[in-house]
Amino acid sequence: MDISTRLQDPRYYQIGVLASLVTCGIIALDFGIRVENAVAIVSTALLVQFAGSKAAGLPRFDPLSPLITSLSLTLLFRTDLAVIAALAALVAIASKFLVRVRGKHIFNPANLAIVTLMVSSDHAWISAGQWGSGATGALAIACLGIIVLTRARRAETTIGFLGFYALLLFGRAHWLGDPLAIPIHQLQNGALLVFAFFMISDPKTTPDTRGGRTLYSALVASTAFVIQYVLYQPHGPIFALIATAPLVPVIDYLFRGTSYRWARFVTAPANGVKGAR
Amino acid sequence: MKPLVTVFAAIFTIAISTTAQAFCGFYVAKADTSLFNSASQVVLVRDGQRTVITMANDFEGDVEDFAVVVPVPMFIERGQVNVGDKAMIDHLDAYTSPRLVEYFDPDPCIVRNRLEMMQDMSAPPSSWAERTIGARSQGITIEASYTVGEYDILILSAEESDGLIDWLNGNGYRVPSGASRVIGSYLKQGMRFFVAKVNVEEQRKAGYTYLRPLQVAYESNKFMLPIRLGTLNAKQQQDLYVYALTRTGRVETTNYRAVKLPSNVDVPAFVKSDFADFYRDMFARQAQAANDSGVFLEYAWDMSWCDPCAADPLSDRELRSLGVFWLAEESTTRKIAPPRVQDVFVTRLHVRYDREHFPEDLVFQETGDRQNYQGRYVVRHPWKGNSGCDLTTYHEQTRDRLEREAQQLANLTGWEVDEIRARIDFPSLRRMDDDPAPWWTRLWD
Repeated sequence: MDISTRLQDPRYYQIGVLASLVTCGIIALDFGIRVENAVAIVSTALLVQFAGSKAAGLPRFDPLSPLITSLSLTLLFRTDLAVIAALAALVAIASKFLVRVRGKHIFNPANLAIVTLMVSSDHAWISAGQWGSGATGALAIACLGIIVLTRARRAETTIGFLGFYALLLFGRAHWLGDPLAIPIHQLQNGALLVFAFFMISDPKTTPDTRGGRTLYSALVASTAFVIQYVLYQPHGPIFALIATAPLVPVIDYLFRGTSYRWARFVTAPANGVKGAR
Repeated sequence: MKPLVTVFAAIFTIAISTTAQAFCGFYVAKADTSLFNSASQVVLVRDGQRTVITMANDFEGDVEDFAVVVPVPMFIERGQVNVGDKAMIDHLDAYTSPRLVEYFDPDPCIVRNRLEMMQDMSAPPSSWAERTIGARSQGITIEASYTVGEYDILILSAEESDGLIDWLNGNGYRVPSGASRVIGSYLKQGMRFFVAKVNVEEQRKAGYTYLRPLQVAYESNKFMLPIRLGTLNAKQQQDLYVYALTRTGRVETTNYRAVKLPSNVDVPAFVKSDFADFYRDMFARQAQAANDSGVFLEYAWDMSWCDPCAADPLSDRELRSLGVFWLAEESTTRKIAPPRVQDVFVTRLHVRYDREHFPEDLVFQETGDRQNYQGRYVVRHPWKGNSGCDLTTYHEQTRDRLEREAQQLANLTGWEVDEIRARIDFPSLRRMDDDPAPWWTRLWD
């Protein structure tokens, strides 16, 4: 692949967006991101990916996916101990190599790490409210760029999730007789956007066919809605994704498609690199 | 018609007799909740799903007119309601207030290298650490009715919000317009309504001249504070203080941005006499900077110590009375308990809210963050005494420092920098040559 083809890989854009968010988060917006945690997460993720690639006998070390995972983790995951941050990165990347069905990993790495650590430790949490409306607006614009860049290919999960989730929130507001300001406020959440554009969108852990992905996004949205607004537990989307991930192979079986390879749509049908990325 | 008070407002003053000596510097003033008009105070104790909420109120007027309507997540039995002691909330307010500390520069000739006293915010000094202080009609059902202390309590459930509104109107309460929709929304979410009004006879018997705080204990998934009813007829922004007492760590909002106020800032000496104005204006400016939709952290600390202390930490007895149930459990199971660090973390949140910027109720979560934070503002007095050496350099440095403080203060509060400068006592820059003492007086020092 030459450089220009490579640069069309949407992951470069994703990394750019995530890295600038992390930088703003540390310097200006007071997201509560600790520099030492960011360093611990990124370095552990790259190290584990490197070791995993060697062990799995992959032809080359691909730093892009672990970078996206670690930047998503840095943005969403909070802990007061750098060692927990490193542990999260370890769980995330290691899961890609260890938990696989039919050649695909099942759980979104960052998602699995966040849930595992939150459930098992008092020192791990998510600060979903740490985005002012200004930051959320900027993030929304940056995220929309991804859809433009990928010409909305494989964006069904993101668009589907946000669409179904918004529908449920507006429906709830209508049923309760609440003003529209409430569902709009609920949607103006930076963590929700990071989830929709950088976590659920992961083509490696979503169904292979368009119909499957649309069905899956509806499933995640409704589970998230139940967790957050019926059971009144925080972080509905994060827990919904982990709960529904094991259904992806089932959906794949029902819809039958082909597994995703990064940058596939910008290169000729490739003898692409298989395996964990 | 009686006004329906939906959110308690608290204005009170406490005499501060303590000038507690701190680890590093002296505590001189604090910005307690009395600074802000129509401020409500709520103490939220939570562990797992168990919640105890204490609501302070400063209702001023004829107590016969007083009634409060609070949405609660479940049916509340007689034993779940208590009338608390206002002194506990006052103490908690004092303990968690933003504070001003002052330092005096030493003689620059004696101590050339002034040691910056650094605060170790991460670990308590051992002496503190070891200290143990710390009728079904209109479609509405009155599910329960009882008297607790000076309050008559009604637990209402209704099929339709209109029924509840009609009942309230029929009983002489003035219900804000728009309440029907909000009440309807709460009812559909399975919430009940808790109505408390003052039983004048009981109050007279008890001898209280003010309204004591109401406490409710319940178990619910919902870790939230209903603020929507309170915003309905509010003409202006309201201030709310939430004191969260938890086991694990800091509490924050999940649906609004949590913001730390600027802290550990050096301010000019005159702020000592104007601390209340300073804090009010700084808060207003910070709230504006956060688009009027921020939830501000004013204090987050392990309850077993403080530094500097605006007031002593709360004792176990006080904490239990505020509903810290795990302390009660521990002391009954372990009768001869050794002194221990309190298992209580306090978070003080200050919210200035209105309907436009806070459309939803506040939803909270407990985090694992035990990092201590306090609103601390520092006055450093320059050396004013006589000195045996050339003070030119010191005075230059002091002028620079005071200028920085002036600009910082202007940034924080929005005050005019020239007015600030006019109130600062800048040292005059006299050179050695202007010194009236002859040059030889220091020749053979």
